Amino acid sequence: MPERIRVLVAKPGLDGHDRGAKVVASALRDAGMEVIYTGLHQTPEMIVNAAVQEDVDVVAMSILSGAHMTMFPRVMELLKEKGLDDVVVTGGGIIPKEDMDKLVSMGVDRLFGPGTDTREIAEYVREAVARKRGDR
Amino acid sequence: MADAETKKKTEAGETRGAGATGGGTGTASSGGGSGGSSSGRGSSGPQDLDAIAKAREEWERKVSESARVRDALFSTISGQEVKPLYTPEDTRDLDYLEDLGFPGEFPYTRGVRHNMYRGRLWTMRQFSGFGTAEDSNARYKFLLKHGQTGLSVAFDMPTIMGYDSDHLRAEGEVGVCGVAIDSLHDMEVLFDGIPLDKVSTSMTINAPAAILLALYICVGEKQGVSSKDLRGTIQNDLLKEYIAQKSWIFPPKPSMRIITDIMEYCAEDVPKWNTISISGYHIREAGSTALQELAFTLADGFAYVEAGIEAGMDVDAFAPRLSFFFNSHMDFFEEIAKFRAARRIWAKDMKEKYGAKDPRSWLLRFHTQTAGCSLTAQQPFNNIVRTALEALAGVMGGTQSLHTNSMDETLALPSEEAVHVALRTQQVIAHESGVPNVIDPLGGSYYVEALTDEMEEGCREYFRKIDELGGVIPAIEKGFFQRDIAKAAFTYQRELEEKKRIIVGVNDLVDEGEEVKIDLLRIGPEVEKRQREVVAKVKGERDSGAAEKALEGLKAAAEGDDNLMPHFLKCCRAYVTEGEMIGVLREVFGEYREPPTYW
Repeated sequence: MPERIRVLVAKPGLDGHDRGAKVVASALRDAGMEVIYTGLHQTPEMIVNAAVQEDVDVVAMSILSGAHMTMFPRVMELLKEKGLDDVVVTGGGIIPKEDMDKLVSMGVDRLFGPGTDTREIAEYVREAVARKRGDR
Repeated sequence: MADAETKKKTEAGETRGAGATGGGTGTASSGGGSGGSSSGRGSSGPQDLDAIAKAREEWERKVSESARVRDALFSTISGQEVKPLYTPEDTRDLDYLEDLGFPGEFPYTRGVRHNMYRGRLWTMRQFSGFGTAEDSNARYKFLLKHGQTGLSVAFDMPTIMGYDSDHLRAEGEVGVCGVAIDSLHDMEVLFDGIPLDKVSTSMTINAPAAILLALYICVGEKQGVSSKDLRGTIQNDLLKEYIAQKSWIFPPKPSMRIITDIMEYCAEDVPKWNTISISGYHIREAGSTALQELAFTLADGFAYVEAGIEAGMDVDAFAPRLSFFFNSHMDFFEEIAKFRAARRIWAKDMKEKYGAKDPRSWLLRFHTQTAGCSLTAQQPFNNIVRTALEALAGVMGGTQSLHTNSMDETLALPSEEAVHVALRTQQVIAHESGVPNVIDPLGGSYYVEALTDEMEEGCREYFRKIDELGGVIPAIEKGFFQRDIAKAAFTYQRELEEKKRIIVGVNDLVDEGEEVKIDLLRIGPEVEKRQREVVAKVKGERDSGAAEKALEGLKAAAEGDDNLMPHFLKCCRAYVTEGEMIGVLREVFGEYREPPTYW
C-alpha cells in the first residue's frame, strides 16, 4: 500500500472567498487523501511552515483576488529555501490563462480554473504525487 | 407528491425541505379564524376547491399513464422539490389583504412603493473600482455618462482588511480587485468632479466602514455639501463576514459596537445614509441555497435591530436606514419568491416582534446583484444571457437597485466593453420589456405564491434553530452557518459532477478545444508602486502633530465607550491613514480568528 497522500489546502493573501478551497478539500478527502486546511488570510511564510510541519506531498492554493503572481512565486521560493523541492504545488481560482502558463514555467505544477470537475483534480493529484514519488 | 420522496431526492434535506411539501401551504400567522371566514379565502369567486381537486386527480392519473418524464431533477437550483403544476389548491390559505396587500402597504409582499417602477425605475448601480483613485474616477465618469444613476465603490483587499498600500500584507493586492484608498487624499481624487449632492454612493466596505464613511463626509465638506444631504450606503455588515465573506478584522463584540456607533451617529448627522446593507449576496456566493441566503440574512438583520435596541436606541430612530442586499441566481421563480418573502417577513417581525411604529421601519428595501457564482469561464458570452435572466428576476421581485455582472468576471476584472453590455442589459429590461409597467406581475401565480409561503416557513424554521443555538453570534462561534453553507456548496458541486444539473458549456454542450478570446483588464505592479509613493507623500506633508493627536483621541475613545465616529472624522481630516486608524483599533480590540474547518 502506498503512503496516504497528504495535501495542504491553503488560502494565501487577504482574500476570503473560501468556497472553492473548501469544496476541493472535501472532494480530496472523499477521494481518500489526508487534507489539512490552513484557514484564511495566510502569508506565504505561514503556508510553507505548515507544509513543513505537516510533511505534505502537495500544496494546493486557492486565489480569487488577483494576487496569484505574487503569492505563487513567493511560496515556490520559500519551499525551495526549505529544501522542499519535491512538493507538488498546484492551485486554482480566477487566474488568466497567460498567467497560468507563466506560473507553470516557474515550476508550479498545474493550475485549475472555474468549472473544473473535482474528480479531475483528485485524479491529477494522485498522478502528480506518483510522479514525484517515482522521482525520489 | 410524497414527503419521503422529496427527502430522498434532496440530499441536504434536513436544511431544505422544512415544511415544504405537505398539505396546506398556509401562512403561519394568518390562523385563528374558524374555517371559511369572511376574509376572502374560499369566497373569492365561483371556485370549488373540491371540484378542482377531483379534476386534478383525474389529470394526474392521465399524466402517470401516458406522459413521458425526462430524466432530470425537478427541483429548484437550491434543491427544493417542485410540483409539475400548481393550482388554486396551493393557494387555498392565502388571505389577500393579510398576506399580500397592496404595494407600499403592509406587509409589502408586492413591493415597498405605492407606484413602484411607474414612479421611478430602480437605480442602475454597477459595482466598480480598480487601480488607483484616478483610474476608478475615470470609470465612474464613464458609467455616469452612459446613464448609470448611482455609484458603487469596490475597494481593494488591503483597504477592506485595514492595511495601507505600503504594508507588507498588501503586497501583490494593491488596486487589484478594487480601488486602493489609504487617506483622505485618495478619496478626494476618487470623487473629483462628481458632486456628492447629486449622486448616491454605495461602498462595499465592512470592518473599516466607519472610516470610509468618515472620508466620504470629509469629501462632502470640501465640496460644500452638508453630511445631512449625503445619500448612499455602507455595507457595514460584519455578521455576514463571519458567516460567509470572511473579511473581518475585529472580534464580533467590538464589531457590533462600531456598527451601533455608526447607526447612532447617522441618525442625527447623516440621516439619508443607509447605515447597514444587510447582505445575503455573499452568503449565496459562498454556496448557500436560496432559503439559507434569505434566512441567514434576515436573522442578521434582526440581530442588528436587537443590538441597536440594546444600545439604548429607539427602534424607529435607526431601522428606517437599514437596507438589504440580495443575490439573484438562475432559478427564476425561486428568486422572485425569495424577494417577496423577505419583504413580508421583515415587515411582520419589525412591527409585531420589535414594536416598530414608523412604517419606514417595516420596509425591506434591497439592492440586487446577479449571481457571480452562476457565471462560467467557458463560453463567456453565455453569461450575458444568464445575467439578463437574473436581472429580470430582480426586477420582477421589486428591487430598488441593481448591479448586472459582466460576462468576463470569471476570468478577470471586467473590461469596459463587458461593463457596457452589462449596463445595457438593465436598460433593455427597463425600456423595452414592458415588465416595469405592472407591479409584482407574478403576484397571484399559484406557483410563486406557494413558493413564497414555503420560503417564509423555511425561514421560520431556521430562526428557531438559530435561537436554540443562542442567537446569531453564538451560532457563528459554533460554525453553524459556515458548515451548512459548505455542505450546500459541496452538494451542488456533486450534482454538477454527476450531471444531475446541467451548466451549459461546462458539464454539457461543451465546445471542445474552446479558446477564450476576451480582452482582459490587468492591474500592473506600477499601481502598487504609485500608491506607496502617495502614502509616503501624504504622511510627509500632513501636520504630524495634529495627526498624532487625532489618533490618540481615537485610541482613548476605543478604550472607553465614546461614540467613535467623531474621532474617525477628526483623524480623516488630519490625513491619518486608514491603516493607522485600524492599527490602533487592532491594539485595543484584538483580531478575530476563525477555526479552520472545511466541514
